[in-house]
Formats: sequence, structure tokens, C-alpha cells
Amino acid sequence: MIPELGHLALILALCLAVAQSVFGLAGAYWRRADWMGVARPAVAGQFVFVALAFGCLAASFLANDFSVNYVALNSNSALPAFYRVAAVWGAHEGSLLLWILVLATWSLAVAALSRALPETFIARVLGVLGLISAGFMTFTLATSNPFTRLLPPAMEGNDLNPLLQDFALTIHPPILYTGYVGFAVAFAFACAAMLEGRLDQSWARWTRPWTIVAWMFLTVGIALGSWWAYYELGWGGWWFWDPVENASFMPWLAGTALIHSLAVTEKRGLFRSWTLLLAIFAFSLSLLGTFLVRSGVLISVHAFATDPARGVFVLTFLTLCIGGALTLYAWRAPKLGSSAGFELWSRESFLLFNNVLLVIAAALILLGTLYPLFMDGLNLGKISVGPPYFRAVFLVPMLPLLALLGVGMHASWKRARLGDLKGPLLLGLIAALAIALGASLWAFGRTTTLALVGFTAGLWIIYSALREPLARLRKRQSLSAAVLGMSIAHFGVGVFTIGVAGVEAYKIEKDVALKPGQSASVGGYDFAFRGLRNVEGPNYSAIEGEFNVTRNGHAVRVLHPQKRIYRVQTSPMTEAAITVGWTRDLFVALGDQLGGDAWSVRIQYKPLIRYIWLGAVIMAFGGLVAVSDRRYRSVRVTEAAPAGSTARDPA
Amino acid sequence: MTPRRKRLLVVLGVLAGIGIASALVFRALSENMMLFYDPSQVVAGEAPHERPFRIGGMVTKGSVARDTGSLEIRFVVTDFKHSVPVTYTGVLPDLFGEGKGVVAHGRLTRDGVFAADEVLAKHDEKYMPPEVAESLKGAPQSTT
Repeated sequence: MIPELGHLALILALCLAVAQSVFGLAGAYWRRADWMGVARPAVAGQFVFVALAFGCLAASFLANDFSVNYVALNSNSALPAFYRVAAVWGAHEGSLLLWILVLATWSLAVAALSRALPETFIARVLGVLGLISAGFMTFTLATSNPFTRLLPPAMEGNDLNPLLQDFALTIHPPILYTGYVGFAVAFAFACAAMLEGRLDQSWARWTRPWTIVAWMFLTVGIALGSWWAYYELGWGGWWFWDPVENASFMPWLAGTALIHSLAVTEKRGLFRSWTLLLAIFAFSLSLLGTFLVRSGVLISVHAFATDPARGVFVLTFLTLCIGGALTLYAWRAPKLGSSAGFELWSRESFLLFNNVLLVIAAALILLGTLYPLFMDGLNLGKISVGPPYFRAVFLVPMLPLLALLGVGMHASWKRARLGDLKGPLLLGLIAALAIALGASLWAFGRTTTLALVGFTAGLWIIYSALREPLARLRKRQSLSAAVLGMSIAHFGVGVFTIGVAGVEAYKIEKDVALKPGQSASVGGYDFAFRGLRNVEGPNYSAIEGEFNVTRNGHAVRVLHPQKRIYRVQTSPMTEAAITVGWTRDLFVALGDQLGGDAWSVRIQYKPLIRYIWLGAVIMAFGGLVAVSDRRYRSVRVTEAAPAGSTARDPA
Repeated sequence: MTPRRKRLLVVLGVLAGIGIASALVFRALSENMMLFYDPSQVVAGEAPHERPFRIGGMVTKGSVARDTGSLEIRFVVTDFKHSVPVTYTGVLPDLFGEGKGVVAHGRLTRDGVFAADEVLAKHDEKYMPPEVAESLKGAPQSTT
């Protein structure tokens, strides 16, 4: 009964989404207030029914209703309740439902928080959101219905993929999707502006906070995924340039470019058509990402849906969405463009370079991700593009971007006079280089180009980001939340850069064969293998090793890596043991029994790896601070004020 | 320098940068393209000796062997028509096992043994690397 209720709720939600888009778009076109009035209640109703459908699926999981095919495939009565809820989005069908729920939530937020916006504009925004929602619901109902019954019902479920039975991965998809789907709002705002034929600075001010919030979630979501891959996959890497990871990283790059270009559009009224295009790109890449992962067309170690029949629908939907938006762009954007120029040395041009470099980075990753698909499609052989490609080409746009970031933060709008800043910034650069050299020699005993360049860039950006807020604090001047947020986010970039440089330059990864009683030395730490014991979990049995880690005879930590066998899927899982530190992580994973009582053991020394995720979290926090800026909450008031009254705010 | 000449110089500089960058990108792409071969192609001599590539198929039952206490492992990858011996040193992925799908990256040595530097196992019971699925299509599946 409950699954049928969920199915019905989803169908009703689809009807409401169609109503929302038809009445919203048509009402705005013919200026019918009564039609436009339908859009908001339709959004609310859609949210209620989608939430109901989602709740029904979750209830089926909690009740262990194995007569539902999806539940039977992804749950088990021995699975802890927490993971049973998380199993809702553990595979293709449920994660689509989650996508729809997140979109409904964003739509509801837009409908509720946009009272100050012109009625036709918001009707169009909701109309576009309704179209996207209707597309996804049709896809789910037609090809991937999570409520399909299984006849006869299964006695017991197949259990959730053990890799997904983990805290970080249970919250990773909702957060990542909140980011992905959030770009739908920016996309809808862009489409509405083009339909409206009007794009001014207040448009950018409405769009900015939504985009920043979406970007924040995406940042945290990607960081969580990377952290999960690090400790759960048992390889100890933090980024594999896997197509699934690339799929989430490309929208992030486009979204980051969008945030910066929106700043120019808001403050100076420039880059208008470019901003629109970026909003389209960011969402298109999100869609592509969702589908690339979900359709299983990619050769990837963690794509878990493989059904080519869905591909046709996906391709059609992508073409309609992206093609429609680009057609609209080609038709309307020329009218919305800006003609004012700007000086070469100005914040505008720094942000232009930022945009160009970020888009190049996204394009290079897209090339590497899709190239195997093209080759395969054209029957030119099966290939895959390896991580060395991504590592090499990603640095091409990123190094100049980091270099420009340090200066660009201090450039003012229209025309920057960097003369009086040249001295301090150059001095900062030299100091950063000296510290980088000294610190790497002192801490690691040797230095590499990568470490030197990375540490210098990171330290310099940190210095540059802190300069302005600290100077204002010293002079007891006020600091707007937007400027503070920007400084914090860029500080995060510096921290992240230092982390990446530290890990990539100084990591030590060693696979060794050890018997109980033997020990191995990695990175100045001694790992003594004490022995093994058996451990019983709720739905798994495990063999647990004990490693006593010491440094120069001083105890550091006792680590307990596990090799788990999940009872239902009988697949082994490596649970690495990690000791976390400000300067380094130590990572121990059990491999296989090598015959006798010897085991293969993976031991890794990962200096500064925590700063990678810390940097990402700081970036996201910067976004949060920037969004809290007062001017976003008083759109109406500032709209009445003459444009440019806030133009001195460098944000 | 007039602003016009300044701008021209900047544009030229940017164009040169783009040119060099795209040359580097395509070099990186062609150098890091990894071709995939199935065991039949390798046995037929279609696979290169001079550059690394990927091989994929099933791990033949009973073929996994190692010297006690050694990290070096030997196994045979098959597409049920032809087989190729593989060696690898290190920790294997969790889902590696006899009768399961596998993709290995490495080089083919002169004596026809594939020396792998990376071994990927199929992700779960349902998922199989698409190339492996492709190369097993039509092959007798009874051994699994």
C-alpha cells in the first residue's frame, strides 16, 4: 500500500510540475496575473507530494518491505536503520528521487524568498524550474520507477553495497545534489532574464546569493566525496580523476567562474551575456554529470547503473534542456549585452582572466572525460584517458590562476592603481618563497619544484587574502560581509593549495609483506604488526590487525585496520586505519593473506593531506559569510537606490 | 606605447599562450591515452610491446598463485577464447578474485607475460567494466 501511495504521489507531483511550468511561462507571456498566481501554490503542492513519495520509499526501506524491487536490491533486514534510510539514494532510482526532492526544495525556497521580485520574472523562473522537474519525474516514472513491486516478494534483501555503508557517503549525495541542483536556480534565473528580455544589475544581485549557496554545497559535497574515497576505497588517494569525480568537478569550475562573473555583472553591469552563458554551462554540466554517472555510459570503477535503454531518454532530455537554453541565448542575448569597456589593469580584467582560466580548466577535463566516449562511438578503439593527462593539463590554467588571484584581490574596479600595492605584494611573494623553501627543507629534508611552487603560491594567497581584512581591522574600519567572505574563501584556496602541494610532493606509499612480530618503516615512522583477531559487526565479520606505530621509540598510536566480509553480498571490504594529524596522516590498510601468516599491508605517509579538505571547507564557509551580506536581504531597498551606490564594495 | 599597440601585444601574447597550451594538451592527451585490448587481441599480437595499455577479462579459476609470503602474484586473464598470464606486485583491490572480472594496466613483456602496475576489479556483483562485458559477449559463460 505504501509504495503505491508513493507512486501516486509522484504522478501527482508530475502533474503539478507541468501546471507550474505551463501557467508560469504562459501567464508571464500573456501577462495573466491569475495564471501566474498558480505557479507558487503548484510549487508548494509539488514539494508536498515529492516529499510524500520520498517518505514512502524511506518507509518501505525502514519496514524492510522486500516486495518492492528497489528495496530488495539495496537493503537487508540486518542493515542498521540509519543505513536503511541512506539506502534510499544508494542506487539509480532512489537517487533520482532524491534529485527531484532537492529540486522541489530549491523551487520552494525560490518561491518563498522571492516576494520582492517582479511577478512575471518569478513566474518565468518557477516555470523553467517546473520544466526541469517535470523532465526528471517523467524520466523516473517511465524508466526508473523505485516503487516497482517484485513478484513474488523476496524473503531477504540483497543488502546495500558495502562501500556505501559509511557515514560520509550517506550524506555525500544529498549535499552534492543540493549543489548540482542549486545551479538549476541560476539557470532558471538566466532563462527568465532572456525570456523577459531584461537583464540589469539587480538581476545579478538576485542571482548571486542563490548561486553562492549552490556552490557552497557543491564544494562541501565534492570534499566529502574525496574524503570518503581516501579512507574507504582503501587506496589512500584523495582524487583519482575518475569520470564520476570529474562529473562533479566540472560544474564546480563553471559555477566558480559564474560566481566571479556575477560579481562583475552586479557591480559594473558588464559581462552580461557571458554570465548568462556560464549559468547555462554550470547547469548543463550538472545535468551531464548526473546522467554520466547514472546512465553508466562511462568506464568507471564506481558507476553503479548500467542500462543503455535509459540513455536515449537522457540524451533527448539533455539536448532539449541545453539546446533550448542555447537557442534562447542565441536569440535573446545580443539584446542584453553590454558595450562599456574597461581598462586592462582593473578588477574587471582580472575576473575576466579568472573566468577564462576556469572555463579552460573545465573544458580540458571535459575533453579528457568524453574523449573515450567519442573514440568508442566512432569505433576508433577502446581507450581511457589516465590521471597523468588530467594532472598535467589541469596545472596549465591553474598556475596562472593562482598567480593572478594574489594580485587580483586587491585590484579596484574600472582602473586599478597597483603602484602602492606592488611593494607589499612583491615583498609578500619573496617572503612566501623563503618560508616555502625553509619549511620544506626543515620539515621534509628536501624540496621539489612542485612543493616550492605550491607552498609559495599557497602562502602568498593566504597573505594576500588576509591583508585587506587585517588592515581594516587595525584601522577599526567596518568590513562588509561580502568582502570578508571573499577573503575567507581565497584564504581557503591558499590552504588547499598548500595541502595539495604537500601531499603530492612528499607522500610515501608502500606495499609490504608482514608477519605478526615484523615491522616496517615508512616516512620515519615504525609500524609494528602485532597480530590479528576476529571482530563481529552487525552485518559483517572482520579480521582486525593491530599495528603499533612509533617514532624514534616514542609511541604514536595503535592502529586497527580491518578486512570485512559482509554476510549478504559476501564481498570483502578494506577498512583502513588512519591516524589524523595537523602535519600528516598515517594510513594502514590490510591487503590479503599471502600464505602462511604473512599479510600484504599498504602503509602510507600523507603529509598535510587534511589541509585539502580543510581548504575546501574554508572556501565554502567564505561563501556562507558572503551570502550573509545585508544587501542580499534588502533587495528592494537597494534596488531603489541609484546603481553604483555600492560600487565601492570590492566583492 | 599607444593603448592600441598595448592591446595588440596583449592579444598576440594570449594567442601565443593558447597555441602553446593546446599543443601541450594534445601531447598530454595522446601520451596518456590508454588503449584497451582483450586477451584474444593480445594473443593475436595486436597489442603493442613498447607502450602500456589495459587488458581486461575474467580471472581464470585456479590460476591465482603466489609464493608464500611474497607480494608478487600471478594470474591468468581470459576471455574464454584465449588467455594471457599476468604478474603484479602489491596489494590487490577488495573485489579481485578468481572467476571475477578484472582490468589491469601495464606492459606486455617479450615473453608474452603482462606485467601489471595497476589492477582494478569490477565494482560489485552487477557492475562490470563495459569493455570486459563487451569482450565476453558471446563467449561461453559456463565456467563462471
